[in-house]
Amino acid sequence: MTDTTLSNTPRALSERSQRVRDSLRRRHATEAIFKGLGIGAIVVALGFVSILFADVLSKGIPAFTQSNLHLSVTYDESVINLDPAPTRADGQSDADFRAANLAWQRSVAMLNWNSVVEASLRAAAPEGFEIDSRQIQSIAETNARHQIRDIFVANPGLLGQTVEVDVLASANADNWIKGNIDRELGDSQQQLSAPARALIDTFEENGTISSGFAWTLFSNVDSRAAPAAAGLAGAFMGSLYMMLVVIILAVPIGVASAIYLEEFAPKSRLTDLIEVNINNLAAVPSIVFGLLGAAVFINYLHLPLSAPLVGGLVLTLMTLPTIIIATRGALQGVSPALRQAALGMGASKTQMVFHHVLPVTFPSILTATIIGVAQAMGETAPLLLIGMNAFVASVPATPLDQATALPVQIYLWQGNENRNFFEARTSAAIMVLLGFMILLNAIAIYLRTRLEKRA
Amino acid sequence: MNSFIIAGLLLVLLGLAYQTGWSRSRGLVTTNGVNVHSRPQYHGSLVVIWTLLPALIILGLWAFFGGDIVRNYAVGQIPTDIMTSLDQGGLNNAVSRLQAIASGYGVSGELAPYEAEGGAALRSFQVMTFIAVLVVAAGLGLASMWYARGRIAPRLRARNEVERFVNLVLLLCSAVAILTTLGIVASLVTEAFRFFTFINPLDFFFGTVWAPKFSSTTAGDYGQYGLLPLLAGTLMVSAIAMLVAIPVGLMAAIYLSQYAPRPVRAVVKPVIEILAGIPTIVYGFFALVTVGPFLRDLGNSVGIGISATSALTAGIVMGIMIIPFISSLSDDILNQVPRTLRDGAYGLGATQSETIRNVLLPAALPGIVGAFLLAVSRAVGETMIVVLAAGNSPVLRGTILEPVSTITVSIVNQLTGDTDFAGPQSLVGFALGLTLFVMTLCLNVFALFIVRRFREQYE
Repeated sequence: MTDTTLSNTPRALSERSQRVRDSLRRRHATEAIFKGLGIGAIVVALGFVSILFADVLSKGIPAFTQSNLHLSVTYDESVINLDPAPTRADGQSDADFRAANLAWQRSVAMLNWNSVVEASLRAAAPEGFEIDSRQIQSIAETNARHQIRDIFVANPGLLGQTVEVDVLASANADNWIKGNIDRELGDSQQQLSAPARALIDTFEENGTISSGFAWTLFSNVDSRAAPAAAGLAGAFMGSLYMMLVVIILAVPIGVASAIYLEEFAPKSRLTDLIEVNINNLAAVPSIVFGLLGAAVFINYLHLPLSAPLVGGLVLTLMTLPTIIIATRGALQGVSPALRQAALGMGASKTQMVFHHVLPVTFPSILTATIIGVAQAMGETAPLLLIGMNAFVASVPATPLDQATALPVQIYLWQGNENRNFFEARTSAAIMVLLGFMILLNAIAIYLRTRLEKRA
Repeated sequence: MNSFIIAGLLLVLLGLAYQTGWSRSRGLVTTNGVNVHSRPQYHGSLVVIWTLLPALIILGLWAFFGGDIVRNYAVGQIPTDIMTSLDQGGLNNAVSRLQAIASGYGVSGELAPYEAEGGAALRSFQVMTFIAVLVVAAGLGLASMWYARGRIAPRLRARNEVERFVNLVLLLCSAVAILTTLGIVASLVTEAFRFFTFINPLDFFFGTVWAPKFSSTTAGDYGQYGLLPLLAGTLMVSAIAMLVAIPVGLMAAIYLSQYAPRPVRAVVKPVIEILAGIPTIVYGFFALVTVGPFLRDLGNSVGIGISATSALTAGIVMGIMIIPFISSLSDDILNQVPRTLRDGAYGLGATQSETIRNVLLPAALPGIVGAFLLAVSRAVGETMIVVLAAGNSPVLRGTILEPVSTITVSIVNQLTGDTDFAGPQSLVGFALGLTLFVMTLCLNVFALFIVRRFREQYE
């Protein structure tokens, strides 16, 4: 001990041990504080996760139910007076028949379908209920007339008959029923007029209005005129097409270039440069990839605007570095014994890589791929620059048609001026998007554990 | 329809070629010991490569030039006297009418006398050229297959040739990443230079007013494009984000890597990483509808005016987004510090926190600083949170409680939906993009350099 030169009188000893004890107490207090800070940080981080999820869930869940109106619609001959639908004459070309059909549909569209909707709403209202035409029509969503018209176009024989139809209640009516609107507010501050509000309450009592699961959220496309009918089908297909493009292009190219860089490339300045380049590419802001897409794919190659194909290409370029880096990591992790054994048995280098090394890394590559694809699925910013934020009211049939994507749909909905209604819709769309991402990640984890067990 | 025929043709060629190579090389094997260099699969694959490459080249050329050829033929079907009376739009219309007739769908309305005839001629031309292309592709493929078949011999090093081809394909794939970088740099630089032909670079980089004007309002007066308000907003939001993310992320990493019992770590680490997987648009929405109003009400209750959309709102939420990034990177780096350093400190009687503060952190400092720089570059380039929650107010302000705008927000505003890159209004997006790219590139290169040095130090 170095302390032997110090005085060893009992008094000095006890003083010293007292000092040590004091300092120990201080040091242990610091220790506790430090540890407490660590726990605090964890609690804060977990708190953020739970607040975020609770917030989205509490806002989004109401949007999964919606109010429907059960109406008896009468196709009154006095309102619907027009020629019968055209039939195909002999020798008529497709185009001519289509033109005749379109002309007929146009004349159908010109009819006063609003009055049909109004009549059926009035039929459901109590006898002698006083409400003017505009007010009563504000209860049903504006797409109700299209829905009723489409039923007629599909079956013109319905003329003069009465059918039971379920139509959506308007966004304002839906909000009123869900209690999102303060019922105490005066007339001037209400979206719906007093008679309309009273009628909605009556409808709710007599069962004309009932709420059910909002299937239209999944089956319909986006809609501006009829907010309650706006759905995610178009955005979903757009995202799906983009994911397909990413999977078809990014995975093979990414894995192939990782194999080349890790296994075949001669170690030179050039490969060093490529490596630095890929690491940097992984950290380039996503919006820069959007600029690249706008300048090269749209402006130079004249690919169509708003097309999932272009979106997919941009996301592919963005995902590539992730996949390359993950695959290289996986290849580096393969034990040299496996390589040497294969080479020792006379396998060529290519055979060694493709027959022995690659199969072992398969689980990690798969996981990295799914995570990369999930990341690409949630990306918004680059898509805004290649026109995927256009309002598209149809489901894209091919990857070259105009489309939007789930995250972009969220962006569009959050900006909708009908804030009161669309806040819930947006949260619901977020839940759908997060649901998909969680599903993808769960699949990745499941596959990894399964494949690793087998290997 | 056509694409199915092409796919079918390619499949048939593929099967035929592989079978040819395989069976022919099998035939070389005799019982009295002729040594064949490569196994039959490699001979088969080599023949496939020889067969499909020429066919694919022909089909690719057709895909590239075919549309123009057909269109020129259709234009040729329109009589010259009608042709002279048509403008560009009329010509396009006439051509698409001809193509509609040729497709068998027909057009509505009266047919011009030349149209029925021209449509029929166009149809037969389309069919003939398609067949001709198929025949040429298949013929060339088969001829080349015949040649490849003739090459098959015991001494043919088929495996080596196939492997060389595979290597070439791999090399081409890894060139895509390089091409992407080149594409980014080229498109940003050329478009940014076009922007600088409108606006003086000095006015851009040192201007203090951001007030672009719409192209329709005034010709010649483009408005002002000063970068500084945007840069200030970007730095402000990033700084707030780092103030939130660094303490929480670093402490979380320290706790998880040094203190947490195994089961806690196994649960908490993935949960925090969930934060990293959430799309940024979700954070933006969260900031806009929840955090912003909450901060505003909080400010009101203590008597400070905080805007619902402000640098503070965007910065805090962005900080939350970056927490997992910092915590997982720092976690990795702390785990890379050699155990011996830690054990040495314990051996001298240091408490756990003393070991961490005085030994572990100084040893890991370069790596952690690198992680911070990577996080800063992420914050600078983040788009959706600031688009939604920062308020889009490109004015130089000294307070974090008011709306700001950032570089990324302005890129989105100037370029959304606009693809006619003619005026400075949209081209400025590329100048901003270039600024952003250079900023993040410097941060990344520096950070990666530090992290790499750190790794090498302890390897």
